[in-house]
Amino acid sequence: MLQVKNLNVTLAGATRDISIVKDVSFELDAGRSLGVVGESGSGKSMTALALMGLLPGAIRASGSINLAGQELLALSEQEMCSVRGNKVAMIFQEPMTSLNPVQTIGRQVAEPLILHKGMTRAAARQEAIRLLDRVGIPDAARRLDVYPHQLSGGQRQRVMIAIALSCSPKVLVADEPTTALDVTVQRQILDLLRELVSETRMALIIISHDLGVIGEMVDEMLVMYGGNVVERGQADKVFAQPAHPYTSRLLEAIPRFGMSRSERLKTIPGTMPEIGSEMKSCIFAGRCDLVCADCLQAPPPFVSVDDAHVAACIKAGRVMETVQ
Amino acid sequence: MSTFLKNARMHRSLMIGGVLTLLLLSVAVLSLFWTPWSPTAIDIANKLKGPSAKHWLGTDHLGRDVLSMLMSGSQISIIVGFLAVSVGLLVGVALGALASTYRGWVEELIMRMSDFSIAFPIIITAVLLTAILGPGTVNSILAIGIFNIPIFARITRGAANAAWAREYVMAAQTCGKGRLRITIEHVLPNISGALIVQATILFAVAILAEAALSFLGLGTQPPEPSWGKMLNNAQTFVGLAPHLAIFPGLAIALSVMGLNLIGDGLRDVLDPKLARAR
Amino acid sequence: MIAFLLRRIATFLATLAIASVVIFAALELLPGDPAQIMLGIDAPPDALEALQKKLGVDRPVVERYFTWIGGLVVGDMGESFTYVMPVSDLIMTRLGVTLPLALLAALISVVIGVPVGLYAAANHKTPRDYGVMIFGQLGIAIPNFWFAILLVLVFSIYLGWFPAGGFPGWDAGFWPAIKALILPAFSLAIVEAAIFARISRSAVLDVLREDFVRTARAKGLSRKSTLVKHVLRNAMIPIITICGLELSSLLVGTIVIEQVFNIPGLGRLVFQSLTQLDLMVVKNLIMLLVALVVFINLVVDLLYAVIDPRLKHQGH
Ligand SMILES: Nc1ncnc2c1ncn2[C@@H]1O[C@H](COP(=O)(O)OP(=O)(O)OP(=O)(O)O)[C@@H](O)[C@H]1O
Ligand code: SF4
Ligand SMILES: [Mg+2]
Repeated sequence: MLQVKNLNVTLAGATRDISIVKDVSFELDAGRSLGVVGESGSGKSMTALALMGLLPGAIRASGSINLAGQELLALSEQEMCSVRGNKVAMIFQEPMTSLNPVQTIGRQVAEPLILHKGMTRAAARQEAIRLLDRVGIPDAARRLDVYPHQLSGGQRQRVMIAIALSCSPKVLVADEPTTALDVTVQRQILDLLRELVSETRMALIIISHDLGVIGEMVDEMLVMYGGNVVERGQADKVFAQPAHPYTSRLLEAIPRFGMSRSERLKTIPGTMPEIGSEMKSCIFAGRCDLVCADCLQAPPPFVSVDDAHVAACIKAGRVMETVQ
Repeated sequence: MSTFLKNARMHRSLMIGGVLTLLLLSVAVLSLFWTPWSPTAIDIANKLKGPSAKHWLGTDHLGRDVLSMLMSGSQISIIVGFLAVSVGLLVGVALGALASTYRGWVEELIMRMSDFSIAFPIIITAVLLTAILGPGTVNSILAIGIFNIPIFARITRGAANAAWAREYVMAAQTCGKGRLRITIEHVLPNISGALIVQATILFAVAILAEAALSFLGLGTQPPEPSWGKMLNNAQTFVGLAPHLAIFPGLAIALSVMGLNLIGDGLRDVLDPKLARAR
Repeated sequence: MIAFLLRRIATFLATLAIASVVIFAALELLPGDPAQIMLGIDAPPDALEALQKKLGVDRPVVERYFTWIGGLVVGDMGESFTYVMPVSDLIMTRLGVTLPLALLAALISVVIGVPVGLYAAANHKTPRDYGVMIFGQLGIAIPNFWFAILLVLVFSIYLGWFPAGGFPGWDAGFWPAIKALILPAFSLAIVEAAIFARISRSAVLDVLREDFVRTARAKGLSRKSTLVKHVLRNAMIPIITICGLELSSLLVGTIVIEQVFNIPGLGRLVFQSLTQLDLMVVKNLIMLLVALVVFINLVVDLLYAVIDPRLKHQGH
């Protein structure tokens, strides 16, 4: 239903264009979920904003984003406005600041319904009650007239989800929806998202820099590094048999119970190459334990390790053996 | 430092502002030694003459040379501006620093006092002072200086409170240094950027206020030349001799704009965070 | 909300009380014998004594202060010795000129300044935006009394459209009176409008950086609807605060502009009574101006609470 092909995100600079996201491709069917992971600055948010047509400033997207037969990148700004919040919806990392502080939440939930579905104020209000109730806001009818500052962070994120769900979008993009919340609330919000996917048959793209948070709840996984996709495949396969050295390092970095403190704090040494730097070798070469002369010749192509499980590494699939 | 200079060169408002302010300062210094004519020499026969080769900017209703008066008038603007900002800076920073050093009721008292000052705009303070002391330059300095105190106090307290939360200040605290000492050694040097920016902008405000007060007859008194006074005289003859009104006004506007542009530019260069906040 | 309201009104009254003490102390305690000052050094002794009695100089300071305040509360401000009429009547007549002037100027400056600032913000980093910023720079650099003189030069001396000064009084009819106030109002307003434009512009730009603006866009609102429905009301909070402060500076600005245009308002009265050392008028007039300034600030704070629900629920 959603097909993204060779999506590139570029910042038009004064002297040259800087590439922020390079050749991202994936497909996603209704009722399926995709997890996008990668460390900070790897281009996850930029990919998400490109899907929404909301890239900031002089940043542009090229390639193809096809939603149920409609090419989003070919739409005019005005046409895109009728897609946003209607067919594609998004929730953000910061529930504390993502709601308008001077409007009641009822009004904010009702707004897309009035905008896209042409509902009357009263009808939209009724629907807003139902939505708030669905996302687990207790006593929704009465909470309609409160302001965001009167709600907790978790409740605000539920309101954001209600806004996103309001027009029954085909795709919901959640950019680090739980990063700003504490652990128990994190769990509840993720469970809610999972329920909603199976209930409404929408497709979910969920972004996180923490593999552990989303690993178990998504069907498919996209691992990003320095603006590139380095591994793509079914989530359980990627988890069980990471094909790219970067992915396996991310997996090692997940804290688990029973780990000693020093083990838990294990991070990946080195830093990601700066965005926009022209790579003539594998972008991970600088931090890779398995690097060899071949890795420095050219950027590695995608290597298939299983059906629909690919990794951009010349040693893909042999990662586990070599590490052990 | 070299990046500071590089940024400064690249910054257009800092450039324009710097040139205008340098011009103001050099004119004031020059006028200490030389003016084309004596700024107080009366020559009734040549009164209200427009600009000419002899009198570049013309003469006023008493035949005095406008250019010479403008040049000498810059001295008063700078002196009043400098002293008024100094009063505000010394007292205001001291109060703000005390508030942030001791917090608690000291801070509460100082901040309530500075809230109260809203009730007394510059001109009202100047009127009150004139009723007591009679008109004069000292009134301008005091009225503007008093107005500046709470502004500096508020800025100092805000920036200092933020600095207190930073690591190096906390580190100094764990060394067992006294709070006042930390304020002087670590906090104040750190907020000097914000204070310099504010001082530049208040210097501009002071020049504008001095002109208004001497225009109203509350500030600098004749025969001491001042821009505001010149505009007051010009008003009577504006139909006959428009140049009398145009040049002093231009002098005020350009001086104020120069300082404001420097203030804006410094804010960008020294303190980008502050630039966004305002 | 009630608690907030009460707290603000208490601060308002406390500020007035302290201001009255400052003004009273400055004018009656510091300079010596007020009767002597008013009448001059070579005043005849019997006149001096009569005035001293009238001013109550012989009574204790505290009693005099409370007599003054007690009078103020019931609207009795004593008598002007130069105009030989109650100060309150004098002030009311003059207020009838100054208040319309200040309100007219406020109206013009808000109507011009705020939309211009919004326009600049909506066109951020385009030539239109830079144009507005230059207008803003000029606005803070140009003294309003100079601008007033320039307006007189162009619109009354060269073009003859408006009177160069004076005020015919409201008895002369609405239009002639307003006509006399137009140039004064514009000279106050244009300079202030430039400041309002700067403030509004930066307030809108600040709000545009907030996360909820992105949320609004993600809902499918166009750039323009987002500006109108989500940005403006949030930007109004800083705009109203600073514009409120500017309104009190506009009120004070009338003092200067009335001098330029020879308009018999409160500003003229300040200077007339100051040169004649009519301290009774000076004292009450300054108190009134201070009260107006503080009152404007109170109104601004209350408006603020209406717009920003976060303040309304403080203490919940
Ligand atoms: N407004 C912008 N202008 C120019 N470059 C930007 C802008 N925003 C982000 N970038 C750059 O784009 C790159 C990708 O950023 P992105 O926000 O997509 O990272 P991310 O993977 O979402 O990281 P995080 O986990 O921190 O959210 C970053 O290197 C950043 O420097
Ligand atoms: S291609 Fe080479 S350097 Fe790159 S990830 Fe694979 S092994 Fe490491
Ligand atoms: Mg991100």
